[in-house]
Amino acid sequence: MRTRRQFLVLTGGLLASAAGQAQLPPNLAALRKAALNEAVRKVTGDAQLRRGRVKLDLPPLIENGNAVPLAVRVDSPMTEADHVRAIHVFTEKNPQPNVIGIQLGPRAGRASVTTRARIADTGTVIAVAQMSDGSFWSDSVEVVVTLSACLEDGLI
Amino acid sequence: MARVIVNLPASAKRGEIIEIRTLAGHSMETGFRRTQLGELVPRDIINRFVCTYNGAEVFRADLHPAIAANPLIVFTTVATESGTLEFRWTGDNGFSATHTASISVV
Repeated sequence: MRTRRQFLVLTGGLLASAAGQAQLPPNLAALRKAALNEAVRKVTGDAQLRRGRVKLDLPPLIENGNAVPLAVRVDSPMTEADHVRAIHVFTEKNPQPNVIGIQLGPRAGRASVTTRARIADTGTVIAVAQMSDGSFWSDSVEVVVTLSACLEDGLI
Repeated sequence: MARVIVNLPASAKRGEIIEIRTLAGHSMETGFRRTQLGELVPRDIINRFVCTYNGAEVFRADLHPAIAANPLIVFTTVATESGTLEFRWTGDNGFSATHTASISVV
């Protein structure tokens, strides 16, 4: 025979644990940040990422995230001895952080590339350049997006 | 065959840095969108672009779903010798497009 007290403790505990699980919000912001850091680490390895030499150019206020003009220029003489080997661009809030990865060499003449990106939400955009000496340089820009790409139905 | 547009100067001085503007017609479906019935639209993107100058690769780009539809890629190269530049886009579902352009270097 179960007493009223036992019954209340048992059902109350069950309800509390179920509610606790249901209310645990997936920490999306932290997950996205971790994915971004992971993607950058995949490119840089253990090398140190320094700021400077790279200029990431995109509008600070984006009205339509579906086509955002994005330009990256790296300060480099682009000679056989000293050139940019690769440029990578990442965004913080997209479902996948990678935007574009470019491989170039001294025959590019100038380390500059322009494209159009989709940016899902207000956040950080990062450009990373790998130099021929193995060093990594970066630039980041904070953008505000009013109409987001990819997530127009808010399902993700 | 997808429609592509490539814009570069027809002639250049030796050693001059030329700008090449490329545009490929492609919807770049991200794989994150859903239909009205809630089904995911499968990913269909161009994921690689390569430019070769007389057979030597001078530029390569890996594209991800975060590139806008009809991907625009603008880059530069040094006009070293007369010849042909070949542009190749490849992607999901066997997508492939090529374009060649000739340049005369004086």
